[in-house]
Amino acid sequence: MRTVQVGEVAKKVISKEPLFILDVRNQDAFEDWKIEGEQVRHVNVPYFELLDGTEEIADQLPKDQEILVVCAKEGSSIMVAEILEDEGFTVSYLSGGMRAWSEHLEPVKVADLKSGGELYQFVRIGKGCLSYMVTSGGEAAIIDATRMTDIFTDFADQKGVKITHILDTHLHADHISGGRKIAQATGATYWLPPKDAEEVTFDYAPLEGDTSIKIGETKIDIQALYSPGHTIGSTSFIVDDSYLMTGDILFIDSIGRPDLAGLADDWVSDLRESLYIRYQELSEDLTVLPAHFMIIEELNEDGSVSEKLGVLYKRNHSLNIEDEEQFRELVTGDLPPQPNAYQEIRQTNMGKIAPDEDTQREMEIGPNRCAVR
Amino acid sequence: MIQTNKVLDAKGLACPMPIVKTRKMMKDMKEGQVLEVLSTDSGTTADLRAWSESAGHQYVGNVEEDGVWRHFVRKADSGEKQETVYPFTVENKQLLESLQHPQAVLIDVRETAEYAFGHIPGALSIPLGQLDERMKYLDKEQKLYVVCRTGNRSDMACRKMVAAGFECVMNVIPGMSEWDGEIENTTGGMKE
Repeated sequence: MRTVQVGEVAKKVISKEPLFILDVRNQDAFEDWKIEGEQVRHVNVPYFELLDGTEEIADQLPKDQEILVVCAKEGSSIMVAEILEDEGFTVSYLSGGMRAWSEHLEPVKVADLKSGGELYQFVRIGKGCLSYMVTSGGEAAIIDATRMTDIFTDFADQKGVKITHILDTHLHADHISGGRKIAQATGATYWLPPKDAEEVTFDYAPLEGDTSIKIGETKIDIQALYSPGHTIGSTSFIVDDSYLMTGDILFIDSIGRPDLAGLADDWVSDLRESLYIRYQELSEDLTVLPAHFMIIEELNEDGSVSEKLGVLYKRNHSLNIEDEEQFRELVTGDLPPQPNAYQEIRQTNMGKIAPDEDTQREMEIGPNRCAVR
Repeated sequence: MIQTNKVLDAKGLACPMPIVKTRKMMKDMKEGQVLEVLSTDSGTTADLRAWSESAGHQYVGNVEEDGVWRHFVRKADSGEKQETVYPFTVENKQLLESLQHPQAVLIDVRETAEYAFGHIPGALSIPLGQLDERMKYLDKEQKLYVVCRTGNRSDMACRKMVAAGFECVMNVIPGMSEWDGEIENTTGGMKE
């Protein structure tokens, strides 16, 4: 029986390779959230249905393909994989289970910047979160860091750069920010939009419109652009005059939802103004780099998530709703369920509560659900 | 106080062991008995609930204290699907009015765990298994209303009491499974 690491699964999903998954979590957990990919096939049977053997599902399982058994942590998948192996199937199990899948980040290089630096996107493929690192002249900035901070600090070490600035586009409600932890460990400046940070319990640098931050000697500009709507403080960044980091305001195939801080009705007009007026004034040639993707189809061939602003104005349905009432209805009406534990996640990101690592993992389980389509 | 027939200590065990052990212990229990499972793995709640449903058992509820969950599961009772035979019944929706009578007493014959996670306020808890012994403390002049989950255990209780000389005994149907009135939960925990 083979042990499969989450990185291998991520690469298969990105390169659209076939993958057969036997997910042995209970049905509710599976329906809520699973490993998705264009060539991924699933069978979901809870492990407790398989304790007496797998005869009943044998005809649903491939004989000529490896079966990857997946559960929440890994214990049950090992047990089921052992049973299947005894019955002659070719099997593997996912090391660390869905918990590890949720925490995996796949770094993808997005660009060589014209002023000499590099831009990386960190794709949290199991949860749909996107973080960024801009490197230049021995320095680095991180945008929307996740709580798995070692990945960023190790990556910076490998590249031989010093993390000097950390920015969050807004106060996140779907995942716990690693910004403050990295700032404490590296001495970097932690920037937050002050309107989202009114209740935070720690010191930060206020990130307001027209603030410019320089990374390295080559002076890469991170230019802040106030764009409220998902939260009142939501701020976008333009990096190197070419890349528009939209946070949770604009995604590839959807837009941000305005309700996660409890004020959907108040923020609808802000969201509309950001998308229909402020972004409209920007160059169509800017490449949009969002903080999330919702569906695996939004990934490009190389696993990155990006698109030209001009293309989004043509293709993204939510940017093409003329009628303001209809727009209001879309973003406040039939909203998807809110992310798991989003209130506690907001409290954690404000520094008001400090759950232990296991609790943080539990809080983040499931998809991100920050968008409306 | 919740009385159970057996306790399984699955503290410190990770998935799948709490379910594997619960399943094994359940096999040796009698129909209708209640097992208490102690666990520290937060994933056990959803799995135990889903397993119970799939195996036909009744997941009664759980209480969490300092990171230890106490789960209560009642073994499937094939008798619950039988027709009730006791002729004198009162429907759920008429019960509260009937209980206005000064001589009326409501007796809940489910297991103490089921009672603790949700009962009609004022109901007296006498699990069916203890009825023979505790019946003697009841007043034969009173109007007794007997409730369980689906009307079967209460049907049997009514027959036992009439055989023992009680004159006014009514079976509440269908019982707590479809009760939509006020509920009292004395556990502070989560009811299924």
